[in-house]
Amino acid sequence: MENLLSIFVNSVFVGNILLAYFLGMCSFLAVSKNITTSLGLGVAVIFVLTITTPVNWMIYSFMLAPGALAWAGLAEVDLSFLKLILFIAVIAGIVQLVEMVIDRYSQALYNALGVFLPLITVNCAILGASLFMVERNYTFGETVVYGIGSGVGWALAIISMATIKWKLRYADVPEGLQGFGLNMIITGLMAMAFMLFSGITL
Amino acid sequence: MTTATAKLTSTQGYRMVADALWKTNPISKQVLGICSALAVTVQMNTAIVMALALTFVVAFSNLIISMMRNAIPRNIRIIVEVAVIATLVIIADEVLKAFLFNISKQLSVFVGLIITNCIVMGRAETYAMANPPGRSFLDGVANGLGYGSILIGVAFFRELLGSGKILGFQVVPQLAYDLGYTDMGLMLLAPGAFIVIGLFVWLEHSLLKD
Repeated sequence: MENLLSIFVNSVFVGNILLAYFLGMCSFLAVSKNITTSLGLGVAVIFVLTITTPVNWMIYSFMLAPGALAWAGLAEVDLSFLKLILFIAVIAGIVQLVEMVIDRYSQALYNALGVFLPLITVNCAILGASLFMVERNYTFGETVVYGIGSGVGWALAIISMATIKWKLRYADVPEGLQGFGLNMIITGLMAMAFMLFSGITL
Repeated sequence: MTTATAKLTSTQGYRMVADALWKTNPISKQVLGICSALAVTVQMNTAIVMALALTFVVAFSNLIISMMRNAIPRNIRIIVEVAVIATLVIIADEVLKAFLFNISKQLSVFVGLIITNCIVMGRAETYAMANPPGRSFLDGVANGLGYGSILIGVAFFRELLGSGKILGFQVVPQLAYDLGYTDMGLMLLAPGAFIVIGLFVWLEHSLLKD
């Protein structure tokens, strides 16, 4: 239990998938102009990460990892090189499926999240979380917690960024620094703030 | 300008490469592909390997997709593009694991993440789907180099200021350390990358203004 809690806190703050591993920067920079939209995208990312990371864990552990096909009598087979293409296919498929399910059962949620779901397939945070989960040898429980934690961390980062940009509307920024340059520096300062959480041990 | 260089600089190929490196640089102008750009820039050798891997993937994905462009149905083109890109990334990943194992360990998941790098998808979608193979291949190489130039530039400053080395060789003399110089630990951490790239873009925008 303690272990799970520390994975959660670590993936939200110190090991924030955006601020410490730079994943999901493209949509982070493109969408953080508006607080409501960032909130929508943040929730959509939490949602998709919570589903895809555990599903990819199952696919990896029961089909791809060295020796994982022992149940089929193929203990010698190592298919782990296929993980990249399979993970991205699973993510694209699940995003598509989630979109259809939401569209059928919850029109309100679809109206809120629908536009963001296609964007998420190419968000590197989603694929990144699955690859990190393999690299760090997480168990199933740890994977679930890690998926949720990464999503929450990403959402937290994009919402704070949108809020900071809103506050900066009237700031007098040097000409060449406006836009992308300033965004990177703000993100850098935010990353520094998040690193301060590394003193916390649970 | 002499006639020979005038001829060279007016060819289409030259302009494509020059624009991708400077005027329409994928990272600093189009804000694409930052995801992987920052994580691998703590040292120059990982940055160089990553730049080469990306150039390989984007050049060949452009070539292959451009050759197939008349055979791909419009509405499933994204999944076809992803399949081509993912296959090339697997090749790059396996080659790195076989021949440059240590660097491949340091790059960890970031080679795999080339699949979702917006530069590769973006070039396939906007350029390779509409242009013949030769030009698409050149466009891929040019954009890969444009990406690599920023990557290596950022890595140069991070490695120099963060650990006093360039490509693993000590360049800050021991004398400086004895006199009280210290390496800037911040440069090795994530925030350093964000700030260096922000300043880079500032410099570039200011130079390009006129």
